[in-house]
Amino acid sequence: MDDSRPIFVQIAEQIENDIIAGVMSEEGQVPSTTEFAAFYRINPATALKGVNLLVDEGILYKKRGIGMFVSPGAQDTLVTKRREQFADEYVRPLLTEAAKLGITPDSLADMIRKEATS
Amino acid sequence: MTDVIQVTGLTKRFASLEAVKDVTFSVGENKIYGLLGRNGAGKTTIMQLLTGQDFATSGSIKVFGESPVENASVLQNISFIKESQRYPEDFKPKHVFRSAPWFFANWDAEFADRLIEQFRLPLDRKIKKLSRGQLSSIGVIVGLASRAPLTFFDEPYLGLDAVARQLFYDTLLADYAEHPRTVILSTHLIDEVANLLEHVIVIDEGRIIIDQDADSLRSTATNLVGTTKAVESFVAGREIMHRDGIGGLASVTVAGLSPQEKQQATAAGLELSAVSLQQLIVRRTNTSEKEFEQSA
Repeated sequence: MDDSRPIFVQIAEQIENDIIAGVMSEEGQVPSTTEFAAFYRINPATALKGVNLLVDEGILYKKRGIGMFVSPGAQDTLVTKRREQFADEYVRPLLTEAAKLGITPDSLADMIRKEATS
Repeated sequence: MTDVIQVTGLTKRFASLEAVKDVTFSVGENKIYGLLGRNGAGKTTIMQLLTGQDFATSGSIKVFGESPVENASVLQNISFIKESQRYPEDFKPKHVFRSAPWFFANWDAEFADRLIEQFRLPLDRKIKKLSRGQLSSIGVIVGLASRAPLTFFDEPYLGLDAVARQLFYDTLLADYAEHPRTVILSTHLIDEVANLLEHVIVIDEGRIIIDQDADSLRSTATNLVGTTKAVESFVAGREIMHRDGIGGLASVTVAGLSPQEKQQATAAGLELSAVSLQQLIVRRTNTSEKEFEQSA
């Protein structure tokens, strides 16, 4: 578990989550850094860093004088990226914990199947 | 980017006590700074010097490019809110707010009225009859509504309850976003203000021990928790800032890790967590104390 990331990275991730969940739709306007700063109670410069991270990745784009918008295709891009990270962030820790408890990968797979159908 | 404050080799001696020791730093425009440190570290003395309320023993201070001492053109752009503010005998809060526009060119009376209502400050009561918290809220309101290009808050919250403090922080952020200005916040409630700060200056025993961007400062240390065996084998050979343990578990604070190192730590079964600004400063001030003792 890594909870040690900088605040602006966590802000960027929060925005990503909202895009993936469809709360922020593609071509929709994103709240201003001032609004992010007030909502998360952080320095506006930190909020701006988080937003700029996503601009650099092409997830958000700027319309001069209007604000920040979600790029077309951002949702797919993010889902792909998150799927690539899924093994690292979820599957591997799950296997580590299972091994600690003496649960084999096979019985783990059984457990997952059971949970999914229940 | 322009610097609002430039301090070079500043020293302040009171009789035998050297309160500020050869301090050099600068303050950039339109950022929120935290001036942090333990009681008696020299924070208030530095602010007194920066606002021309005291004379330096040696060194140079430039505020808006000029010396602040007896300099009206500099001082009219400064708002200095201090915990120990005195008011004339028989003054009532309404007199404070009526006279504030004489001193502050950017005074926003409407904003002040809104804050007076939010802080529930009685306007028509003698200041000496007010509670400690009400007294503090006068300072907070003056500091915010003056909108001075350079605003100092020196422990402004004494006696303010949690609701009023949150109101202060939220209002400061919102108003700062709308009217950018340089704010220097001196406090020892570090955790409460940590996320508001863009830059942190930590003073210890009259010296600056940290002068760094808040985000990069936070990433200079990480907490690692895991079994003693796993933790010890990972931190072997690293700079350890703090060590704690219970039973077979160890918790160690180490200097900044790269993303790869973080992955290795996670793979080794360790839990990583952020070191709060407060923990970091406590640890840094302790370390420097130890170093100081060793060198003495």
